[in-house]
Amino acid sequence: MTGAEGGTNAAAVTEDDAFHERLTALAERQIEAGEIRGMAATDPVNLPMIRHWTDAIGDANPLYTDPEAAADGVHGEIVAPPAMIQVWTMPGVNRGGKQVSTPVDDVLRTLDENGYTGVVATNCEQTYHRYLRLGERTVPATRFTGLSGPKRTALGEGYFVTWDVTWYSGDEPVARMLFRVLKFRPREREEDPPKAAPYPLRPAVNRDTEFFWEGVAKGELRIQKCADCGELRHPPGPVCPSCRSAGRTHVVATGEGEVYSYVVHHHPPVPGRETPFVVAVVELPEGVRLVGNVLECEPSEVGIGMPVRVTYRQMDDELILPMWVPREA
Amino acid sequence: MRTLTDDEVEIGTVLPDLAIDLSPTLIVSTALATMDFTSVHHDVEGARAQGSKDIFLNILTTMGLVERYVTDWAGPEAILRGINVRLGAPAYAGDKLTFTGAVVAREDDGFVVEVRGRVSLGDHASGTVRLVLPRR
Repeated sequence: MTGAEGGTNAAAVTEDDAFHERLTALAERQIEAGEIRGMAATDPVNLPMIRHWTDAIGDANPLYTDPEAAADGVHGEIVAPPAMIQVWTMPGVNRGGKQVSTPVDDVLRTLDENGYTGVVATNCEQTYHRYLRLGERTVPATRFTGLSGPKRTALGEGYFVTWDVTWYSGDEPVARMLFRVLKFRPREREEDPPKAAPYPLRPAVNRDTEFFWEGVAKGELRIQKCADCGELRHPPGPVCPSCRSAGRTHVVATGEGEVYSYVVHHHPPVPGRETPFVVAVVELPEGVRLVGNVLECEPSEVGIGMPVRVTYRQMDDELILPMWVPREA
Repeated sequence: MRTLTDDEVEIGTVLPDLAIDLSPTLIVSTALATMDFTSVHHDVEGARAQGSKDIFLNILTTMGLVERYVTDWAGPEAILRGINVRLGAPAYAGDKLTFTGAVVAREDDGFVVEVRGRVSLGDHASGTVRLVLPRR
């Protein structure tokens, strides 16, 4: 690790520590705030809502919906399914603005604002002190009870946030629920980088040409040179066309050139490419010619004699290709 | 529908399995019946935009299904004292939710039933239900 990176990490840790302290202090204030009463249920416990619920859940217990069976049953009258306790005080579709804020809201919002945007419920524990009868109207009261973290989880780093709701009928507590969620920072992309689709057109790399591609990977435009007579040649090959020597080496070109000839390709489609594109023969001052695309200008602006310089384009995770861009004369 | 009596149940009693096909209709109708209008429970596009592969069962319904699973077995006169659920894998539309359970303890005047609700991704819900049965 370099000193500079160490410095950046240290700064990030300090920032996280400051956030953790701020969040913990907020959580403590919310715990001290105690129980905050919310809005009473919009409707009292009623048979139509029970019927919708038992119908959807598939619960055939007659003590919830059949007045005669209920009269003969253990409760002596219709009662609401205990697991419906939260349903009576749900906010509805468009009634959200009327809700009383709870001590939990500020903590969840602070986590959201600091990148802990993910949420997943982990625990729901309900205790039923007694069953609710028709006509009772519940009032929820929320208490913030706990914050723990940060913890590393499979979903990412996060905090467990726990709160408690007690439902009252009048002054009598009838049910209680502990609810815990994990608020997490969704894993960053860097940890699992998406693989770019491989570029479909790959150069043939062999013993004659590998020096060229090694150069490209380093940002060098290498031209083959005969080890005996010194003549430059491109494309690379095993034998010098001038002196027939098999001895070879290379030089690094300046990377400047001029368009010697070109075509604009419109059709047919080429995999991995968008048409139209320019294919040019570029003449180097070193005396050889290379084929390559001309980028960063309209095909109509390309002309013979146009000054260009080499550039390198990352085509996918592995392949880099040399190409040409206009150069100020 | 008869309710089991206290002496008919013992630690180790196994509940019959309950398999529920999670059709989109079930997911949506239970979300509405539980007054939970969060988009991930009725809107496929909304669910996908939030990184889910489909709409999925809401927690209020999970609690309701756990309750139903136990009272389907115990009978209508069983009194539930509490449901304690650990939530796990999401229950997506198109999947199947299978409940299994067994009586694991006697507590005060009632029983503790351990319940697991599995989907293809693993345990959707696991936990305990406390209930009291009538005395003979």
